[in-house]
Amino acid sequence: MKRVSFLGAIVAIAAFSLLPFLWFVLTSWKSANEISAIPPVLVPSFHWDHYRAAVEQHGLLRYIGNSAVVAGATTLISVGIAALAAYALARFNFRWGRAYLMLLLAFSMFPQIAIAGPVWRLLSWLGWLNSYHGVVAAYISLSLPFAIWVLSTFFKELPRDIEEAALIDGCSRWQALRMVVLPLAAPALFTAAILVFIHAWNEFFFALIILTYPAVQTLPVGIALFPGEYTMPWGEIAAASTIATLPLVVLTLIFQRRIVQGLSAGAVKG
Amino acid sequence: MIGEEIIASLVVKNLAKSFAGTKVLDDVSFAVADGEFCVLLGPSGCGKTTLLRIVAGLETASSGEIEIDTARVDTLPPSARDVAFVFQNYALYPHMTVFENLGFALRLQKVPKIEIQDRVAEVARLLEIDKQLQQKPQQLSGGQRQRVALGRAIVRRPKLFLFDEPLSNLDATLRASMRVELAKLHERLAATMLYVTHDQAEAMTLGEKIIVLNRGSIQQAGKPSDIYHRPANAFVAGFVGHPRMNLFEGRLNEGGTALKAGGFEIDLPAALSDFGGADRRAPVTVGIRPEDLVPCDPREAWFSGTADFVEDLGSDRFVHLSCRNLRLVARLPARFPIQRGDPVNLRADFERVHLFHKNQRLR
Repeated sequence: MKRVSFLGAIVAIAAFSLLPFLWFVLTSWKSANEISAIPPVLVPSFHWDHYRAAVEQHGLLRYIGNSAVVAGATTLISVGIAALAAYALARFNFRWGRAYLMLLLAFSMFPQIAIAGPVWRLLSWLGWLNSYHGVVAAYISLSLPFAIWVLSTFFKELPRDIEEAALIDGCSRWQALRMVVLPLAAPALFTAAILVFIHAWNEFFFALIILTYPAVQTLPVGIALFPGEYTMPWGEIAAASTIATLPLVVLTLIFQRRIVQGLSAGAVKG
Repeated sequence: MIGEEIIASLVVKNLAKSFAGTKVLDDVSFAVADGEFCVLLGPSGCGKTTLLRIVAGLETASSGEIEIDTARVDTLPPSARDVAFVFQNYALYPHMTVFENLGFALRLQKVPKIEIQDRVAEVARLLEIDKQLQQKPQQLSGGQRQRVALGRAIVRRPKLFLFDEPLSNLDATLRASMRVELAKLHERLAATMLYVTHDQAEAMTLGEKIIVLNRGSIQQAGKPSDIYHRPANAFVAGFVGHPRMNLFEGRLNEGGTALKAGGFEIDLPAALSDFGGADRRAPVTVGIRPEDLVPCDPREAWFSGTADFVEDLGSDRFVHLSCRNLRLVARLPARFPIQRGDPVNLRADFERVHLFHKNQRLR
């Protein structure tokens, strides 16, 4: 009985979360008539026309490319900087280390709308609007606090002895970091990287205000601009959304064990 | 042959260390001769591990000097001191195989690959871990990990070996056998070793020299037999030996002919009534080891009382006694017939009685 209600709860929660996703996946395969049919058609007739239209008429591939560049660059740079910062915070006893971490946490709590104006003006002054590096810079500022937090918690849990053994074996600090600490930190680095990537891939608001040219726009912005003056291409939007979601689903499935490892690192003694 | 170059000596001069205003080490000076096995012994928190870490370069001293092989090293990073360190929890590199763990230091020194292979293989054979070379540390038992940690130190042929309680994570049986192996290894390598432990049995079996530390300062340094038979003060007397030495307060009588302690009066041999110019009426601490207390006739007894508890170890019996105001432990032969509640009469040979005054040994 307990087991049945447990399973029931799982199914209910999964259905509740997956329903919107399932709906637009199904919509992407419907014909125009099926999309607007009342009552709604549940089983689509599996048209691929919307996908073709999204790619050919709306430049979906370009948006995917832009998103890949922006999210990829954000991830590499954020995690790279965060790894060094987190290592320093975890290992060298800075007087204000703790306060600094708290400050980072506070910064990451700011609602994006509150900093949107300053960020836009700053990028405008730098001439970085409508550029990859402009939006990447903004994203890095959003993701760094999170990445530093995840990684510094992990580094703190890493036994000091192992690094000290490396120092005694003849490593410099840099060598110890590169040859011993980073390989051990791989699960945490993966976790941080994937979460930063997902955030950058999905981010809409900053991308919308920073990127106004279709040539540099990312997927979420691009999809949002699919509707024309008199048209609402639901099918194409659904198709593009499905394609936009796919890489994240694949990434998460491949790395889910690592992600769980990274997030629960140190919770239980290994 | 392993060990040809491993000879060096260590000199520590006036070393002091404070953490946030608390003195952890206070004016510590000692020397370790070439090829000597020196043990730093003390209770937890006495500063022995800090001292070892300072010698390794993992911690910096507040003041003082360290010389290895007559060269000042206290400003050098650990990598430049040519010391090997065996950690309490082994600190093996979890992402490397046993072979890579053993060869890591050599790889950093850019030793040719073939030589690395030879040296790793030699050490692995010596420590009987040659079957495990391709395994990761997680796949090894505690004893095997311990051997890898040892091997990682040996393969480098360092000037100085530093051990931080390396056997404390092993179970009792394994610890005892590793202790013997370590002693043999030291003999074979003829290397200078500094070994930290709180286990006095380990210190007694391994050490050619024991340095007893308490609260950051050296209490006594000497051969194990000196530490045991002529402890420099009441702390050393109480810390070394199991069961613990019986220590109690006493006082000389007016004439200096007898020692009064715990309601008993012990006549002193004439030769003993004068001790080292100390004030005769000052209180003294009397120390008698449990094995030095022997059962005797009631008329000759120093102490008479009853047995509270008998610990039967098979080979010996530790008898806990109440003798008027004193609580004593005596180590008696296994055959000695005694039960809880039995009356006991004990005395000792005066040559075996330790007297301390103001934490100094009187005799």
